[in-house]
Amino acid sequence: MLDARKSQVITAGDARAIVCDRPSVAGSVTQRACTFCGSRVVLYPIGDALHLVHGPVGCAAYTWDIRGALSSGMQLHRNSFNTDIRENEVIFGGEKKLARALRELIPIHKPKAAFVYATCLTGVIGDDVEAVCRGATAEFGIPVIPVQSEGFRGTKKHGYSAACAALAQLIDSGDTTGIGPFSVNILGDFNIAGEIWTIKSYLQRMGLEVVASMTGDGRVDDIRRAHGAKLNIVQCAGSMTSLAKMMQEKYGIPYVQVSFFGLEDCASALYEVAKHFADLAMLERTRALVREETAAVLPEMARLRKDLEGKVAALYVGGAFKAFSLVKALRQLGMRVAMAGTQTGAQQDYEHLKELCDADTILADDSNPLEMAAWLAARDVDLFIGGVKERPVAYKLGIGFCDHNHERKIGLAGFVGMAAFAREVHATVTSPIWKLVPRRQRPGCSNTEGTP
Amino acid sequence: MLDMTPANSVERTALKINPAKTCQPVGAMYAALGVHGCLPHSHGSQGCCAYHRSHLTRHFKEPIMASTSSFTEGSSVFGGMANLQQAISTIFEMYDPEIIAVHTTCLSETIGDDIPTIIGKCQNEGKIPEGKVIVHANTPSYVGFHVTGYSNMVKGFVKYLAASTGRRSDAINLIPGWVEPSDMAELKRYIAAFNLPAIMLPDTSSVLDAPATGEHSFYPKGGTTVAQIRAMGDARHTLALGAWASEEAAIQLTKQCEVPHEVLDLPIGLAATDRFISAIAKLTGTAVPQLLEDERGRLVDVISDMHQYLGGKKVAIWGDPDQVIALTEFCRDMDMKPVHVMTGGNGQAFEERIKAILADSVPTANIKQQGDLFQMHQWIKQEKVDLMIGTTYGKFISRAEDIPLVRFGWPILDRVGHSYFPSVGYTGGLRLATQIISAIQERQDRDAPDHAFELVM
Ligand code: SF4
Ligand code: SF4
Repeated sequence: MLDARKSQVITAGDARAIVCDRPSVAGSVTQRACTFCGSRVVLYPIGDALHLVHGPVGCAAYTWDIRGALSSGMQLHRNSFNTDIRENEVIFGGEKKLARALRELIPIHKPKAAFVYATCLTGVIGDDVEAVCRGATAEFGIPVIPVQSEGFRGTKKHGYSAACAALAQLIDSGDTTGIGPFSVNILGDFNIAGEIWTIKSYLQRMGLEVVASMTGDGRVDDIRRAHGAKLNIVQCAGSMTSLAKMMQEKYGIPYVQVSFFGLEDCASALYEVAKHFADLAMLERTRALVREETAAVLPEMARLRKDLEGKVAALYVGGAFKAFSLVKALRQLGMRVAMAGTQTGAQQDYEHLKELCDADTILADDSNPLEMAAWLAARDVDLFIGGVKERPVAYKLGIGFCDHNHERKIGLAGFVGMAAFAREVHATVTSPIWKLVPRRQRPGCSNTEGTP
Repeated sequence: MLDMTPANSVERTALKINPAKTCQPVGAMYAALGVHGCLPHSHGSQGCCAYHRSHLTRHFKEPIMASTSSFTEGSSVFGGMANLQQAISTIFEMYDPEIIAVHTTCLSETIGDDIPTIIGKCQNEGKIPEGKVIVHANTPSYVGFHVTGYSNMVKGFVKYLAASTGRRSDAINLIPGWVEPSDMAELKRYIAAFNLPAIMLPDTSSVLDAPATGEHSFYPKGGTTVAQIRAMGDARHTLALGAWASEEAAIQLTKQCEVPHEVLDLPIGLAATDRFISAIAKLTGTAVPQLLEDERGRLVDVISDMHQYLGGKKVAIWGDPDQVIALTEFCRDMDMKPVHVMTGGNGQAFEERIKAILADSVPTANIKQQGDLFQMHQWIKQEKVDLMIGTTYGKFISRAEDIPLVRFGWPILDRVGHSYFPSVGYTGGLRLATQIISAIQERQDRDAPDHAFELVM
C-alpha cells in the first residue's frame, strides 16, 4: 500500500484517528466521482423539471437515467438533454448555445422549472451560466436555475451542496396557505425503487402531511412551498443537511436527522418525528404502526437470520450515514462486518463507525479495488455491499453482492425494506453458485489474517 | 409517460436529446484495456474516469481498472502537470502495470496540458521504471465521439511503440475496430484458420470476458503485449476493420514503418465477411478453408429457410458508423428495408456510404450522422418500423412505440451475451440473423389472433 494511503485505513480498535476528507492521490484507481455527479443525483429525481447538462456529451450520456429514482407521474427527468459542447464553443464560448438550447426545449416540454448543470468544460471556458439562466427565467416565466456543479470543484459532497443551493433558489416561491401544523418535508431520499412511497405512507398514517419530498418523486410546485412545512426530516444526512440548516436559519424550520433503513433506525426515526410534534395521539399511532410493521417482518427475518448467523460482510458506500445503518442492519441479521469504507466520510463519521464496529473491522477512506479485493479475500467475506464498480469485483472473488447505490432495484427503506434487504442478502449469500467458484473449492480457503 | 417525443419535427440547433454517442475517453479506455498489463489513465477530474469505468462495467459486467489525475480546482487553473507526474509515480508504485496509456479529457485538453512533455520529464527524472512504458492519446470529447477516442488510442500505441527493424515478418497486423471481446476472439480464429500469423491490436478477449477464478486479477491474461505492438512495425500488411475505428492506426503504421494497409468494413453480415475472408485469402494465397465455407453455408441456409419472415420488414438502425454500415448492408441482403439509419458519430462519409448501400432498395431512407435518439424516435413516429436494431437506449422508443428491439452496439446495459457470443463473421451473422428472426417471430406470435396462431413456423 502506498504510504500516502496508510493513514486513510485503520481498524475500529485503533487508537489513532483516520485521515479523511482529502483529495484522492493522483494516479489512484479511486472509486470516487465528481461534483457534477453529486448534483445530478440529488436533483435528478424531480420529475417535472427540465435537466439540461451544459457540457460535452459524455457528462450527459453517463448520467442518463442511470438512477432508479422513480416518479409517480411525469418522467421528463428520464430524458437526457445536453448542449453537446463542440470545439467551436470551446473557442468562442457556449453561452449562446445554452440560451438557444433553453429556447428550443422549454416551449416544447413546458417544464415547471429548469436546472442547468455546469460541467468542468463550461466552467473552464468561463461561460456565465448564471446570466443565461437569469435571461431565460425572464423570457419563459419559469425558474431556470444554474447548478454550480463543475466537476473539478471536488467530490460528490461538493455537488450535494451545489444542488442544495439550487433547491434553495426554488424554495419560498410558492403559496403556503393551507399547510397545517402537522406538516413535514422529506429531505435526502431519492425514491430509489419507490422508497419514498413507503416512508410517506408511514408518515401519513401517523397523521402527517408531506409538503415536499426532496427530491424523490419530487415536484417543482411542492418544493416551492416547502418553507411552509413545520419540520424537515433529513435522511441520508450527507447530501442534504446543508439545505436543512439553511431552512432552519431562514424560515425557522427545525430538522431531525434520521435513517429509515433498518428496523431500529426506522422505528427511532418515526418516534423522533412524533416526539417533535408532541402530540399524544400521534405518538400512540406511531407506536401502533411500529408494533404492527415490526411484527409483520420479524418472523421472516428470524427465519433468514438462521442461515446468515456468523457470516461476514464488507461494505463500501458513498457517504457515512449509509454505512452506520448498514452496520446495524447487518448485525440484526447476525452478520459481522469485516470492512466498512466510504468515499467521502468525515472524521466524526469514522469515530462513530469505530464505536459501531468490532475492534478488528477495517475502516477505509477513499479505497480502491486493489486493496479492497485483498481484504475481501483475506477476511473470507461472504457478502460485499457497494455500487456499480464494486459489483463485478465481488463476483470475480466468488462473493455475494448487494447494490446499495443507484442501481438497486429493491426498496430498502422502512420495515418492509429491512425484510427486503434480508431477503436480498440471504439470496446472494446462499446462492449455490459460490460453491462452484474455484476459490471456494480450495481446501482451507478460510483465513482471518490480513489486517491492514 | 415515457413517451415525450413529439411526432412533428422540431428545429434544433443547440442541443442533443437522448444522445446516440458517448465521449472519446471511454473509447480510449476500451482500447487500452485491450493491451496486456496496461492501466488506462484518465488525465482530468475524477468524475470522468468514474463514469467511464462505471459505464464499461455496466456493459461488460466486469471490473474496469483505470486511474485518474484527480484534478482539483487548482489544476483547472494552473494545469495538470503536477497531477500527472504524481499520478505516474503512484501508478508504478501501487499498481505496477507494464504500460500506462494516458488519455486526456475535455478539461485537460482545454487547459492545454502538453502530455508528451510531461511524460518526457518523468522519463528524465527517472520516474518510469526500467522496461516500463507510457503512451498517450489526445481525446477531447468536444471533437468526435467515443469511436474517435478508440481510434486515437490505438494510433497512440502504434505511434509510441511500433518500430521496424528492417526485417519484414510473415505476420500481418489486424486492427479489429470497435467490437466485443467475443468478436476479437472470433477474428483471431478466422485468421488462425488460414494459418496466417497475425498481431491484433487491441485485443480485449480474455480481458473483458475473463472467467471467474475466485481471484480478482488487476491485469487479466488477455491483451496485445507491448512486444507484439513493437513488432507491428515489421509486419507485411495491415488489415484495418472499420474506417472510423481503425484507419488512423493503419495509416500511422504505413507512415511510420511502411507497412501497407487496407481498410475494410467490419465483417458483420454475409457480404462484409466475404470481403474480409477474400482479403485474407489474397494475403495467404491459399483457398478458403472448408471450415469457413461450411460456416458460410450455414448462414446462407438459415437466411433462405426463414427469408419469408424477413422480406420487406422495415427496420431502424443506429449506433457507431462502422457497425451501422455493416448492419445496414446485412439487413439489405436479407431483404429487409432499413428505412431509418442513424449514427451519433460524425462524418459525412457515413451518409454517403449508407445512401450507396440503400440506393436500389430503399432510396427514400432517412439517413443521418450526428443524430440522436430523439430524432430517431421522431422518424419512427412518422414512419413505423417492424424492428429496431441498436443500443439499450432504444428501449424507451421500443416501449413507447411497441416495436421489438434487437440490442447491438455500445452500450448494452440491460442484457448479457454480447461480450460472449460474436457478431462478426459467418457464425456471428448466424447469431444476429437468429436474433432478428426470433424477434420478428415472437412479435408475430404475440399479435396473432387465435385462428392464425401457428405451431410450426
Ligand atoms: S468532460 Fe468530456 S471526457 Fe469527461 S465525461 Fe464529460 S465528455 Fe467525457
Ligand atoms: S467533466 Fe467534470 S463534470 Fe463532467 S464528468 Fe468529468 S469531472 Fe464530472
